[in-house]
Amino acid sequence: MRDVFIIGTGQTPVGEHWDLGLRELGASAIRAALDDAGVETVDALFVGNMLGGCVNGQENLGALLADAADLLPAEAWKVEAACASGGAVVRAAALSVAAGIHDVAVAVAVEKMTDAVSEQVTAGLATASDGDYEASHGLSFVALSALLMRRYMHETGASREDFAPFAVTAHRNAAANANAMFREPISAEDFARSPLVAAPIGVLDAAPISDGAAAVVICSREALQPHHRPVRISGVAAATDTIGLAGRADLLTLGAAQRSAEKAFAASGFAPKDMDFFEAHDAFTIITALSLEACGFAPRGEALKRAAHGCFSPGGCVPLSTFGGLKARGHPVGASGAYQIVEAAMQLRGEAGANQVPNARVALTQSVGGHGSIAVTHVLEA
Amino acid sequence: MDLPRYHRLTAPYYRLEGQRCKECGAVQFPPRGTCGACRSQQMETYRFSGRGTIFSFAEVAQAPKGFSAPYLVAMVELEEGIRVTAQLTDVDVEDVEIGMPVEMVTRRLQEKGPHGYLVYGYKFRPVLKQRRAS
Repeated sequence: MRDVFIIGTGQTPVGEHWDLGLRELGASAIRAALDDAGVETVDALFVGNMLGGCVNGQENLGALLADAADLLPAEAWKVEAACASGGAVVRAAALSVAAGIHDVAVAVAVEKMTDAVSEQVTAGLATASDGDYEASHGLSFVALSALLMRRYMHETGASREDFAPFAVTAHRNAAANANAMFREPISAEDFARSPLVAAPIGVLDAAPISDGAAAVVICSREALQPHHRPVRISGVAAATDTIGLAGRADLLTLGAAQRSAEKAFAASGFAPKDMDFFEAHDAFTIITALSLEACGFAPRGEALKRAAHGCFSPGGCVPLSTFGGLKARGHPVGASGAYQIVEAAMQLRGEAGANQVPNARVALTQSVGGHGSIAVTHVLEA
Repeated sequence: MDLPRYHRLTAPYYRLEGQRCKECGAVQFPPRGTCGACRSQQMETYRFSGRGTIFSFAEVAQAPKGFSAPYLVAMVELEEGIRVTAQLTDVDVEDVEIGMPVEMVTRRLQEKGPHGYLVYGYKFRPVLKQRRAS
């Protein structure tokens, strides 16, 4: 397999884009990434997206965006892996280049959620879970996260307030990110007072419904040009777990997240201790905790204790969600995994401005779908 | 839920019907092609007792389409050793705790299907006192 590199990144601001649809958001991120890479065209386009069919009534996103971004007649199709679609689509593009099928490919991930009313989006998100045995019984996506959080609190003795550091850090990191949806800081008291969506989960545990698109241009070593500032994809892996939460032998171990991280680390030759920062899938604070534990940044049940000691804050042992994460940058659901990779690449190129992690050389990103039924983990290297 | 899909699911929905492996004896719910423990394809129908305990629970304040909040959901550990997620019924959130004994009941799952019919299935409620005493 050939080495693969990220040579261009692009993103739209995350938010409520009343004037922009799937087509405009996707094409905008693609064009920005191509401009950044200094390339005119690509061999293939891969589109990550979760809700195009059930919320936007638009499938065939490969052709839609190849057309909108003037990439015809490039090979183009959609990759769907629920909330991990953004991580999966970058892996798909990287695989095509690593395999020698394409020399230059672009991966874009796009989500347009705010055209639909809340209950329709809630029902759409529930399609990531087991339709017959969870969603059809009223187990919403938030409710399933709440089952995880309640059990975690029961087994570790943690309180709801102990999850605050993840949300507080995310909002603080988003303050200087011009593309972030929520740039206002929050306090631990704000977190504790936030209304409950599905007890024990409150509004400030959860990432917001958003619109956005992020893209990366990927190429082989042979296709690198002198003007590129490449970020190497040193290791990437995906894994799956039971579609329903009830089928997990240990409810509090995200097996797919753990397995994909182990495989990505093994492929890269790095270990958790080598990571200069971690872009986590902080859709809910409980998922952040479980993802940290799955990736080896904390033993089982210990993530909140490490967070309380500042381990995941700026300047800590593993800074987390350095541009605000899903929580505060925003969570255009199938696009978030690509935002993580765009942001990590910016850090590794030294382009992160006020959010720069000093001397960042190696980073981990993890995109988690369906409460850990699928996870895609990337190790990126400057 | 579309009618053919509902029809396919009536055995597990109405009777909590899963499977037992004829080779290793492991039980599983929902039913699937092979034994999750030993991968045998020799599976027989097994009807779970419906008795178990609360493993985790949550109170839904924002309902998906087809449901009316607030309502309670739980992961129940059945006495046969496997888990199932479902709604709780006939109980207030203040009275629910992890470890609490519950039993399966058949109730209306969705307010009204898209074509006007009702979808019934399992929910769990606290074990009734008279039964607990017996």
